[in-house]
Amino acid sequence: MQPANRRADIDRVESAVLGALERFGYPDASRFAVRLALEEALVNAFMHGHRGLPPEETVHVLYRVSPEQVTIAVTDRGPGFKPEHVPDPTVEEHVELPSGRGLMLIKAFMTSVHHENNGSRLVMTYKRPDAKAAT
Amino acid sequence: MPPSESRLKVKRDGSIIEVSFRDRNILDEANIQQIGEELRAIVDSEPKCKLLINFMDVDHLSSAALGALITVHARVRGTQGQLRLSNIDPQIYQVFVITKLNKMFEIHETAEKARASFR
Repeated sequence: MQPANRRADIDRVESAVLGALERFGYPDASRFAVRLALEEALVNAFMHGHRGLPPEETVHVLYRVSPEQVTIAVTDRGPGFKPEHVPDPTVEEHVELPSGRGLMLIKAFMTSVHHENNGSRLVMTYKRPDAKAAT
Repeated sequence: MPPSESRLKVKRDGSIIEVSFRDRNILDEANIQQIGEELRAIVDSEPKCKLLINFMDVDHLSSAALGALITVHARVRGTQGQLRLSNIDPQIYQVFVITKLNKMFEIHETAEKARASFR
């Protein structure tokens, strides 16, 4: 899916991914976690990844949902970034900054997160906490 | 829905201004900006504002919304006002815990407890 920078397109991608989780019977907490991570990843891609690029540039989203896990790759067309250069928003000198919490939330709610292509692709995986309960 | 329509429900209880949200999902950048501006106008509307933000019926909240709340917090503090948050869904509360914003904000389980906490 290639959403443009419009709320309706972001909502469409989120609905498609969450619909897949629902079909596999993922619990509410899982859907909350995946939605939050996807929302933050898409907003980061458009706001930070595409800073200075034409607004019509699209973000590429690839997702795979199985009964045990969810993998989502979000690729923007920007030059990338170094995740280690993102300031920790919980340290005292940054705690009042209004931005910088998206990546932290993604890492907290997903099971694993890594960056590729100099940071322009974010790959995140969510493992179902109790896969045996899936029916 | 036109962007000029208020995203907030506002009611006054004595000296306390209680605000809740019209949207279940506080994600959209334009809406968050509008919410931030509306909250700032409320804080600026009277000296030492006692503001209660009630999250009843809110299902999702993005980091951009947290940013707007941090800005409101600074504004309230700068005007010697008081800010309380209440009725935060347990999943959303986790977002506050992870970002350690549960230490910045005074959060109460219910609006009643939040109202009673104003000095």
